[in-house]
Amino acid sequence: MPTKIEKDAVTGTETTGHEWDGIKELNTPLPKWWLYVFYATIAWSLVYFVLYPAIPYLSGATEGVLGWSSREQVVKQLAEAEAAQAEYLEAIGGTELAAISDDATLFEFARRGGEAAFNENCAQCHGVGGAGNPGGFPVLADDVWLWGGTLEAIHTTLQHGIRWNDDPETRFSEMPPYGDIFSREEIGQVADYVLSLSGQVPEGADLEAGATLFADNCAACHGEQGGGMNELGAPRLNDAVWLYGGQREEIVSQITRPRHGVMPAWGGRLDEDTVKMLTIYVHSLGGGE
Amino acid sequence: MAEQVVAEDVASVREQREALKQQEQARAGGAGAETTAPAAAPGRDQPLYADRVKVYPRKVSGTFRRLKWAALGLLLGIYYLVPWIRWDRGPNAPDQAVLIDMPSRRAYFFFIEIWPQEVYYLTGLLILGAVGLFLVTSVAGRVWCGYACPQTVWTDLFMWVERLVEGDRNARIRLDRQPLSAEKVGRKAAKHGIWLLMAFLTGGAWIMYFKDAPTLVAELVTFEASQSVWLFIGLFTATTYLLAGWAREQVCTYMCPWPRFQAAMFDEDTLIVTYQRWRGEPRGKLKKGENDDWSKRGDCIDCKACVAVCPTGIDIRDGQQLECISCALCIDACNDVMAKIGRPPNLIGYDTEANQIAQEQGKPRPRWKLLRIRTLFYALLFVGVAAVMLGQLLFRDTLDINVLHDRNPLFVTLSNGDIRNGYTVKLLNKTRERRAFVLGFEGLPGATMEVLGEPAQGQRVPLVAEPDSVATYDIQVRAPRSQVTGETRPVSFTLTDPDSGETVVYDSVFRGPER
Repeated sequence: MPTKIEKDAVTGTETTGHEWDGIKELNTPLPKWWLYVFYATIAWSLVYFVLYPAIPYLSGATEGVLGWSSREQVVKQLAEAEAAQAEYLEAIGGTELAAISDDATLFEFARRGGEAAFNENCAQCHGVGGAGNPGGFPVLADDVWLWGGTLEAIHTTLQHGIRWNDDPETRFSEMPPYGDIFSREEIGQVADYVLSLSGQVPEGADLEAGATLFADNCAACHGEQGGGMNELGAPRLNDAVWLYGGQREEIVSQITRPRHGVMPAWGGRLDEDTVKMLTIYVHSLGGGE
Repeated sequence: MAEQVVAEDVASVREQREALKQQEQARAGGAGAETTAPAAAPGRDQPLYADRVKVYPRKVSGTFRRLKWAALGLLLGIYYLVPWIRWDRGPNAPDQAVLIDMPSRRAYFFFIEIWPQEVYYLTGLLILGAVGLFLVTSVAGRVWCGYACPQTVWTDLFMWVERLVEGDRNARIRLDRQPLSAEKVGRKAAKHGIWLLMAFLTGGAWIMYFKDAPTLVAELVTFEASQSVWLFIGLFTATTYLLAGWAREQVCTYMCPWPRFQAAMFDEDTLIVTYQRWRGEPRGKLKKGENDDWSKRGDCIDCKACVAVCPTGIDIRDGQQLECISCALCIDACNDVMAKIGRPPNLIGYDTEANQIAQEQGKPRPRWKLLRIRTLFYALLFVGVAAVMLGQLLFRDTLDINVLHDRNPLFVTLSNGDIRNGYTVKLLNKTRERRAFVLGFEGLPGATMEVLGEPAQGQRVPLVAEPDSVATYDIQVRAPRSQVTGETRPVSFTLTDPDSGETVVYDSVFRGPER
């Protein structure tokens, strides 16, 4: 509270009565034009009240004379963006997948468009940038492919999905649960042999027995040398990349009761242009064949 | 020999305010008791808002007025002529010497071309401006305010027009007091018309720094200029007209922050516009034969010429005030009077606080110290910043490289166990020619690069950057698992121009698994 209002000796102006460490505040009157500027801003705000949505009521607000709304503005801006993209999208629609990379601008557009669609639809499982996720969500940036890494193969996978029952053309394969077929010991032998395919030989392993079991039961799908088979989505076993983990117990677990990943068919959900752009993007992540 | 000096009928803004307040108090007191107006309870009748007291500066001539005209001519000349200077930069580049090209994100200043990435040059300029301002202020007071500030220059120009149309101080006061007449309306209309025209030219010239000047003028004349051009010209026309025509000293007193803290740069050796109290007092009107014995009185004859010419309406004899813009016109006015009454000049002059104190105590004039810790510090700072900027400019690379390590994924394990990292490499080619470079990767034995969309791969890859643009490449580096030890490993990209030998290096990291 102001305590002692007095007249300042030097300037002749009254003080406000406020004092801090001996410094007193002068009550210098504000210039009138400053007040008028303040009134002008109030008048200006009234103009806004009339022109733009302003006064809220329970459901909505006054619409304003101009009829402007942020929602309409967004719709307009989206339409403008779509119109600006139309030319490129049309070109993508009319160009063969393999030919898109011939046109640098179109290729860049497809990659950026694919990236946007990827981050919206795919990154939840496959990770941003195709970094993959533990537990069976494949890395898309490496050079290992379950169902093939050519443009065509990626496109088919995207279009029809994997083990997606709603799509009759979906990619499908299932590994039998060898826990019902092999004994525990046999499963261990096979796991040891699988590890040896990528140069890891566990101590005291009976590779002979494992090799026989592998050749009779597994090689049909995974290949004699464990090279995998894209047509069946059978993973390559002689490399450094493991979908469900490369430790011995993880391999044992996968042989005993295999897990299978599921991916939705995007053909019906995304339009053809977007699927094409996604294909280009995934193919360009670093492992495209 | 001394001419008759007529005292001006003038009061400073402060005196006028005081008089108004007393009038009101007297009226309030008169209505009540007849006793001597009792001091109204403080805090009650203090007005919250003050009417503006209009200032009618009188014409003055002298050294500082001439200096001010010279500064005004020079500064306006620079402002209006610089956009017309041409500078050949070759094809596909604007040929205006000074241009801020917003649409293509370039700023040109003669031989210098600044990219948005180099906006630190602007920061440097602002620092130089601030330090320069501090230096000048600590040496000679508010030189900027008095001579160079656009507000001062344009207000001066607008006042000159006002004087031309409406006459000098007394004529203007008379005109304002007159009832409405054809002559009054005519003069006012003429004044505001010229003001608006000048404001328009000011606003128009400002746009020339952002658009090619001849093209802009052609577009304006044929009314083909874009809406935004008209909008900005309108904006600057309005602000110039309002600030220089109407607001004037109110800008300095109420809007500008600089007068509020400029006193912090002053010390007792700063040259400031000062009334020599020791010499002027006791002041009084000069009456022939009555009080013209100069040994018994001060030199100030209270003619108020200094108040009449002041563009901010203050009385310099009241001492240092934040309203004082140090334009020194009161010095001119006073010297004029001193010459007429045959007294030495510079009763008001540029002087130091130290000398004032010495003179009042009857001591000899102390030596003026230009070199003080304060001025030396500001000067060194100024030179230092200027040197750094100049060095930066002289050794500015015409090529630059930026490398961004991919964050998703940080690294990828490939089928044979190799580790691969992705990088986005941006090459900034600041020349007007297409340039071919060789990009090398160092710090990791056995590592090879692959460029997305390009056939090249290996330890060195050729890359191309189009003229005056940024080339972006996605580059993937793979290295044998045995070489990748630890989570991160410092590596570097080297970009070489095989023709000129120019090389820039960018340090980055290569990431791998923990074990």
